[in-house]
Amino acid sequence: MNWTNLFKIALKAIANNKLRTFLTMLGIIIGVASVITMLAIGHGSKQSIQSQISKMGSNMIMIMPGAERRGGVRMGGSDMQTLKLSDYQSLKDECTYIAAISPSVSASGQLIFGGNNYSSQISGVSQGYLTIRQLDIDDGEMFDDNDIATSAKVCVIGTTIAKNLFTAGEEPVGQIIRFKNIPFTVIGVLKSKGYNTMGQDQDDVVLAPFTTVMKRINSVNYLQMIYASAITEDQTEQAIDEISDILRTNHKIQDGQPDNFNVRSQEELSSMMTSTTSLMTILLACVAGISLVVGGIGIMNIMFVSVTERTKEIGLRMSVGARGKDILTQFLIEAIMISITGGVIGVLVGILAAYGVKFFAGWPIAIQPISVVMSFAVCSITGIFFGWYPAKKAANLDPIEAIRYE
Amino acid sequence: MEDNGKKKVISLKDIRRDFIVGSETVHALRGVSFDIYEGEFVTIMGKSGSGKSTLLNTLGCLDTPTSGEYYLDGISVRKMSKNERAVLRNIKIGFVFQSYNLLAKTTAIENVELPLMYNPKVSSEQRKQAAIESLKMVGLGDRLYHKSNQMSGGQMQRVAIARALVNNPAVILADEATGNLDTRTSFEILVLFQKLHAEGKTIIFVTHNPEILQYSQRNITLADGKVKEDVYNTNILSAADALAALPVNEED
Repeated sequence: MNWTNLFKIALKAIANNKLRTFLTMLGIIIGVASVITMLAIGHGSKQSIQSQISKMGSNMIMIMPGAERRGGVRMGGSDMQTLKLSDYQSLKDECTYIAAISPSVSASGQLIFGGNNYSSQISGVSQGYLTIRQLDIDDGEMFDDNDIATSAKVCVIGTTIAKNLFTAGEEPVGQIIRFKNIPFTVIGVLKSKGYNTMGQDQDDVVLAPFTTVMKRINSVNYLQMIYASAITEDQTEQAIDEISDILRTNHKIQDGQPDNFNVRSQEELSSMMTSTTSLMTILLACVAGISLVVGGIGIMNIMFVSVTERTKEIGLRMSVGARGKDILTQFLIEAIMISITGGVIGVLVGILAAYGVKFFAGWPIAIQPISVVMSFAVCSITGIFFGWYPAKKAANLDPIEAIRYE
Repeated sequence: MEDNGKKKVISLKDIRRDFIVGSETVHALRGVSFDIYEGEFVTIMGKSGSGKSTLLNTLGCLDTPTSGEYYLDGISVRKMSKNERAVLRNIKIGFVFQSYNLLAKTTAIENVELPLMYNPKVSSEQRKQAAIESLKMVGLGDRLYHKSNQMSGGQMQRVAIARALVNNPAVILADEATGNLDTRTSFEILVLFQKLHAEGKTIIFVTHNPEILQYSQRNITLADGKVKEDVYNTNILSAADALAALPVNEED
């Protein structure tokens, strides 16, 4: 078969119908470009959530009271009180895979300073909390073991709290603020962390010794949560197993009985968070994929029109010696050239559009080479698939009838 | 294949062609036999329904007979596949159609090159050379790059004839080649055919116009799918003289 000549013939046919070729191509261009842009937006937001979560401390482990229950089953009140201070102590003493650990109890209420009040939450933690949540003290200092032992009325506040309470520009460290009528001395201010991906203000925090919150505010003897962090991210799994073992022994849970606590890693949280964006990405890609198929059908449609319109030409070509497969190849080359050229333009437009979204809307994007390769491959296959049937129809024409076709 | 010292280009032996239309069988050709020798200019005459078109399709290897034998340049065509016939057409036959059938928006030279595009043995340089020679032969040496829509009917038919010549075929098959042209241009085309005949080309000219057979060397008349008459013309008229005799003021 004479490929060069068939290629020239196909090229000539395309050149003779520039506008129509371009319009057909437009379907493919839009299809490929939308696949690339949608995937770039989807992956971009996924990556940004993942990086935000790892900034929160990717080796963070959360221990919560109560069995893991889903599907609307209400957790009983007693279930919520299974974590005790003794659990915290034994974890702190026995665990080998964790770098830091902190209990957590919290209470909501009004913070008052002078004439200002601000509604927030006070978290009772230990010093380990700073390591786990990757927080730093900007001014002043963190409370120490002595403060915990004496349930001292001291606190460390985030910048949002400082801004809202000390509106006259007072130096926060050393001031006394009141929470539920208990005066707390501010001994430190945290470095600002801004908002996280979920839109939470990470500076809207008040940290106090957990003993203070338990005894003086909540009057309870159980913990709401225990935070820990694995030594490295890879050791998270071992740390979780170890924590579970220790707690099962402490709580005297027999083999085969369900846990009355729940250990979660940040990794699980991250996969939970990203599953939503993954779903969105898949949906976007599906919509874009449909437009690619529509583009392909456009090619088929135009190729059919082209075959009918050029019946006489096909008859002539056959009578001067073109074989069925020469005609088939010619029309197939035409279809593939339309889809591949459309694909190349579509890739460029898609990348441009993705950067346009980043520039104008400020959304995070991530163009993955695999999505470029995939959409390109899909559009080439589309060309062959949708070009085949019209080309076959042309090749099967009877030269006698075709040459007399009016 | 030598007979009378001349080579048989076409040899038909009892060609029959039946078409099945619904439940009826139509006998388009009912036993046609004749030989055409190299260098002959033959007209095939017949009214519509005489089997003329079927015979032309058979001669042009576009169709195969139901029975009988057809040798084109010594090659048996009857049992050939569709693809084999396409290759045979490509090297042995030059077609000239009533409606020219040139490719739209395409230059004369590209139109003439077309048959050679499907012959992988011809290089693009040889192809162009052959096309230029063919166009010179039909008197269009100065119109090589004119597009088909920039030419008159006569010129388009000349391009079509050049296209039929370009593969140096064993036989040129013309189907009502003057049917769409006015009298003067028709004569010009006939002059060209007579010139090609004089140069030794084998030409078969299918027509229903009885005037034309005066300018050919031999005439075969078909009726009801059979050869009714097969005579050599003893008094061949010159198309050039006829053209000169036409009133000069006739509009093209």
